[in-house]
Amino acid sequence: MIRPLPVMLAILLSLFVTSLTIGAAQVSLRAAGSDAWAALVLMESRLPRTLAVVLTGAALAVAGTVMQQIVRNKFVGPDTTGTSESAGLGLLLMTILAPDSPVWVRMLVASLTALAGSAAFILLIRRLPAREVMLVPVAGIILSGVIGAVVTFIAWRYDLVQYVGTWLAAGGSSGIIAGRYETLWVAGAAAIAAWFAADRFAILGLGDNVAKGLGLDPAPVMRLGLMVVSVVSALVVVTVGMIPFVGLVVPNIVSRIMGDDLRRSIPVVATAGAALVSACDIIGRLVIYPYEVPVGLIMGIVGSVIFLILLYRPTRPST
Amino acid sequence: MIQIRNVDFQIHGNPILHDISTSIPKGQLTALIGPNGAGKSTLLKLIARLEKLQSGSVRIDGLDLSATPTEKLALVMAVLSQHTHVSSRLRLCELVGFGRWPHHHGRPSAHDRAEITRALELFDLTALADRFLDEVSGGQAQRAFLAMTFAQATDWLLLDEPLNNLDMAHARALMRHLAGLVRDQGKSITVVVHEINYAAAWADHVIAMKDGRILAEGPPADVLTEPLLSRLYDVPVAVGTHQGRPLILHHV
Ligand SMILES: Nc1ncnc2c1ncn2[C@@H]1O[C@H](COP(=O)(O)OP(=O)(O)OP(=O)(O)O)[C@@H](O)[C@H]1O
Ligand SMILES: [Mg+2]
Repeated sequence: MIRPLPVMLAILLSLFVTSLTIGAAQVSLRAAGSDAWAALVLMESRLPRTLAVVLTGAALAVAGTVMQQIVRNKFVGPDTTGTSESAGLGLLLMTILAPDSPVWVRMLVASLTALAGSAAFILLIRRLPAREVMLVPVAGIILSGVIGAVVTFIAWRYDLVQYVGTWLAAGGSSGIIAGRYETLWVAGAAAIAAWFAADRFAILGLGDNVAKGLGLDPAPVMRLGLMVVSVVSALVVVTVGMIPFVGLVVPNIVSRIMGDDLRRSIPVVATAGAALVSACDIIGRLVIYPYEVPVGLIMGIVGSVIFLILLYRPTRPST
Repeated sequence: MIQIRNVDFQIHGNPILHDISTSIPKGQLTALIGPNGAGKSTLLKLIARLEKLQSGSVRIDGLDLSATPTEKLALVMAVLSQHTHVSSRLRLCELVGFGRWPHHHGRPSAHDRAEITRALELFDLTALADRFLDEVSGGQAQRAFLAMTFAQATDWLLLDEPLNNLDMAHARALMRHLAGLVRDQGKSITVVVHEINYAAAWADHVIAMKDGRILAEGPPADVLTEPLLSRLYDVPVAVGTHQGRPLILHHV
């Protein structure tokens, strides 16, 4: 039997190396040892960018798994439940109200609004009849739409529509291009926290009654999950912009292949998410070389194709 | 012993349970019977702290339910709910494995693994252990949930309609096994059953509920009588005896 984790790690590693070697400047990895300029390009531009992409992909995919687990629905991701838009709203408000605030304050505010947005989503779906599985994603899309509309309206009033447009597509400061990835370590840490609580999320996915029967109070696990999802979404939106579909398709693919034993599957989800976003980033840098297309755009196209395939393909049997 | 004192329960202002006071004996197999909507599941959920008590108190082996941490209660009692719909894609062995979680909180020992294997064997699931939950039949899934509850290895077991979806052979095997656990290991087990003859054949104690109240309780021979069962279910029944235990004829 093929083991998913080593396979995914190998794929990710090759994408990582590829990502280091492509770009407007021709740099060979081997030259970096002797050539100071090549080393500079690598260390100051390529490596940070590659790390930013890897962290973003891994954290978003794990956040998607957590979201699907706390909502008990496979058709949601942080970008379809109002979380990312709420983070965007927080960021926009900070741009208008406190434009000079340091980046960590903006991230904090964006995380808090993201938290409020996802909490609103949870409250919304609690009122839905439990058997109507498809209402959950629909409610999420509507909520995202409403919050997105608020963002657009405010942006329009303050003449910031174009600003919001570019920044949602490519990140407020275009973190990927600038290689501003340090803050993404926090998103990575949130994903690791999710892994430590993997059993709890898995048990939460079995339903409140089973969880309580096993002595696990569902409420704190739910809160932890919302925090992970919100922090990841907010940091990603602030640094690299909206990246759709990762949090939706990656957990689904992994779940189909290896099931929902999260302690085993979260590392695979993280590497697969990192690999997918890396691949999209590489494509984005190659299609109109030496210029580039934002990774979110490529991800939107690739992700929707994967999603359609997932919808129409039967699940893989266990044996 | 589980002591239930003055428990009232309402849902959206509708009274569901009325001033229930009773006790469930330790070291016995107790059957909770009654018509649909009688409040059996509600009472069981309150005992299992799945619903919060609104009034009154429940003590389990002297532990006050509302004052004992939920993790600690998970080592004292295990519960199987009537409706367990799980959307996660889990293998049966993983599902059963979660039954051990209260003991290891994420770090399973060799003993935990042995208990999982044993629970799978007990419910005839060894061959299906690597199947996903959505790839087995309703009865096989029900057995997996039962195995998870057993793996918890608690003194008290509260099972809400464990015979759901089980065929004749597995239903009988389960009741036999429950009776065996009570007899040999001193476990205390409460089951909600609709097939009254399983209660008649295996239970040591019967609690009959109707309209949120307890209508009768006691040994099967005292509770499972023609007048009482007729009143309980509002249908005429005939009660005979078979191997010294009541045999209820209600299907014609
Ligand atoms: N969520 C709910 N909202 C409103 N009423 C409820 C709810 N859950 C249960 N009830 C009502 O409470 C009463 C007792 O329900 P309960 O589930 O305890 O019955 P039961 O004895 O287990 O029945 P069954 O044999 O059908 O499982 C019923 O009249 C039921 O309609
Ligand atoms: Mg019931």
